[in-house]
Amino acid sequence: MSALLEITGVSKQYPGVLANDNISLSVSAGEVVALLGENGAGKSTLLKAVFGLVKPDSGEIKIGGEPIIFGDTAGIISRGVGMVHQHFQLVPVMTVAENIILGDEPKSGLFINMKAARAEIIALSTRYGLEVDPDAVIEDLPVGMQQRVEILKALRKDVKLLILDEPTAVLTPQEIDELLSVVRNLAKSGVGIVLITHKLHEVMAVADRVVVLRGGKLIGTTSPKETDEAGLAQMMVGRSVVLQVNRTEAKRGGVVLEVKGMQVRDDRKILSVKGVDLALHKGEILGIAGVEGNGQREFVEAICGMRHREAGEVIINGVATKNMDPHGAHEAGISHIPEDREKHGLVSSYSIADNLILNQFDQEPFAKGWIRNLAEISKNAIAMVAKFDIRTPSPSNTASSLSGGNKQKVVVARELSEDLPVLIAAQPTRGVDVGSIEFIHNQLLSARDRGAAVLLVSAELDEILSLSDRIAVMSGGKIVAIVDSKGADRNYIGRLMAGLDK
Amino acid sequence: MITLVKRRGSYYFLAVTLATLYLYSQSANITTSVFSIAVTFAMPLALAAMVGIMCERTGIVNIGIEGTLLLSSFVAFYVAIAAKSILIGFVAAMATGVAMSLLLALMSVTWKMDQIIAGTILNILATGLTSFFYIQGNMLPSMFKQKPIPGLSNLPFFGDVLFKHGLLMYLGFVVIITLYYGLFHTPWGLRTRSVGEHPSSADTAGVSVSRMRYVNVAVAGAIGGLCGSYLVLELVGSWNRGFTAGKGFTALALMIFGRWNPMGALAAAMFFGLAQAGANQLMINGTVNIPPQFVGILPYVMTIIVLAISAGKVRPPAAEGQPYEKGQS
Repeated sequence: MSALLEITGVSKQYPGVLANDNISLSVSAGEVVALLGENGAGKSTLLKAVFGLVKPDSGEIKIGGEPIIFGDTAGIISRGVGMVHQHFQLVPVMTVAENIILGDEPKSGLFINMKAARAEIIALSTRYGLEVDPDAVIEDLPVGMQQRVEILKALRKDVKLLILDEPTAVLTPQEIDELLSVVRNLAKSGVGIVLITHKLHEVMAVADRVVVLRGGKLIGTTSPKETDEAGLAQMMVGRSVVLQVNRTEAKRGGVVLEVKGMQVRDDRKILSVKGVDLALHKGEILGIAGVEGNGQREFVEAICGMRHREAGEVIINGVATKNMDPHGAHEAGISHIPEDREKHGLVSSYSIADNLILNQFDQEPFAKGWIRNLAEISKNAIAMVAKFDIRTPSPSNTASSLSGGNKQKVVVARELSEDLPVLIAAQPTRGVDVGSIEFIHNQLLSARDRGAAVLLVSAELDEILSLSDRIAVMSGGKIVAIVDSKGADRNYIGRLMAGLDK
Repeated sequence: MITLVKRRGSYYFLAVTLATLYLYSQSANITTSVFSIAVTFAMPLALAAMVGIMCERTGIVNIGIEGTLLLSSFVAFYVAIAAKSILIGFVAAMATGVAMSLLLALMSVTWKMDQIIAGTILNILATGLTSFFYIQGNMLPSMFKQKPIPGLSNLPFFGDVLFKHGLLMYLGFVVIITLYYGLFHTPWGLRTRSVGEHPSSADTAGVSVSRMRYVNVAVAGAIGGLCGSYLVLELVGSWNRGFTAGKGFTALALMIFGRWNPMGALAAAMFFGLAQAGANQLMINGTVNIPPQFVGILPYVMTIIVLAISAGKVRPPAAEGQPYEKGQS
């Protein structure tokens, strides 16, 4: 049996980065190949090239023995290639059905046959056990559901090769298990699968073969039988990585941040935080576990002054605060690593140096009165880039030139540079590679050890379990339980997250 | 939110219907004639709004509609005179509209220029060309004449209002209805809207973003040509400097008011047409005695009011104004 996908000697040069350097790879039917690599290792570029979205400078890509043509995405799809993109390729204002049929619509005469489309989608979703409502509008759906739509979209044409680009980044543990079993079943039915992920245990669980990229080069091929998670991490990063966080006992102090009876509305004006009480102590990490969309985002935004609170109090160091703007929250002593770094964490078109001082640009030594002190800004940037291991040719490059993990390091570096009493970290390691995760985790712990009160919000239960001193579980806009992380039961917390136990 | 707006729309509709019934019972003739005139005022605005909808639904902001109307009406007029055929004038105007659109597409899709600047260039180009080549004192060989549609034109009220017009008016209605069904019920429409909302989704589904944009903007230009032709060859019959008098900009307001929906924009244009026809009638009757200049201001004042009312409540296509870079998601 010949290979479904054959990549031979593909190279792609971007300004300043060699994203792919002479990569060769093949995938056969029924095989799950995991593609591992740090952020910026060139995985996404390679797969976009397979999909005809990126034109390689050299090399050849064959699907089913036939070379592909750049730009002919429709042709590539018709040859049985499906891709689940890391950033969902769904039109938010359209329905599930419209999104799935886009590009190859069932017709009756000139018009779209919506009835046929619905029937097809329902058949498709029963076949793969991925239930969706064809008439739901994408933007109203939780991310897990959107992901499902994205997968169904890819599976619609009898796929022979399915590419999954970080499909589990935004899913709950249960959803991940479901997805992995779908992947296994597909492979059993003869579909070749390429899986990109940062999560090593997923790789260990489903992959037949693991291909590791680093700095655009193919470093090696292995299989879960031959290695373990630590071995994979080492191949990826090029050094040994401590996967288990080394957490010492917290030296808990007095209450720094207290929230009482907080109620917040979401973007659609629906009450999504329904009365939350929480006390955050000096020198502890309080983790908020929960399935996304249960009010965590609105809760954090309300504390950080990005969202108006309907009711309730936020008390910082004993002082009750009014509804604030983000600047006021910062003045009050809150530093914030926002969930969406692209939107709220960085000004992509600004330099890395400027992004590193966004929170203090008007303060000494970065400004004197109305004048910015460029020498200090650049000195600070050089120091930060070194200290936080931000990989860039120069701090004067724009933030948009960085890979996801390095962008996140910029945000973390900036927010930790001031040493404020409260640190709120929302999804601090989302879409970040193992090397950077280890680094960011250690930074959060050392902030705690310096005496900061740290509120960690994460959809990754493992992250919460390994970092937090106490764990609050949020479900349906309320804190349903607060448990000590020592001896916390993963399954119990999972059930609370799903809203099963009360 | 959407249902709320829809409900508000049906309230307007109900209010207008009731007012019409009342007026009709008072004076059938005058009401019918006011509505009939209102339709002739509304059609050019509606068609110009269709140009905007076609472009923006596919992600291209077109503020050059005014220029497209101006130049195509100019071409319609002089080509009709030179060729002694209004039909040739009409075809030439359509071609002009398409050419203007292709220029816009070239600047905004291929060169990825700022689309506001690209649109402004169209407007300046049209103003410059038409002012330079304008010669006074020409007459059209003929005009598109009223062609009542047999049967339908005998209906009470609606017969006079809708079915006693010229060819281009009927064509206009066909275009608007086709566009409505096209946008919301055909594969073409689905792809167009996806390109305007989230182009990378379309791209990854195998829909060529730049091709969609080129084709749609070009068709929009043809509609602009129809609009210019209607103005000069069916409605007015002469051409002078600044002939289109800001209709292309008013159309943008109507497009927004109609929430980028052809039917919505048509209703908004009808509302405008009625206001103007009504005000004219009041002046003719002598019911009110205001200087005609104030009546002339009316459309512009209404534009401002309409935009102020709908500002912030509407949601434009998400990707409008943004050039698409392949492979960036």
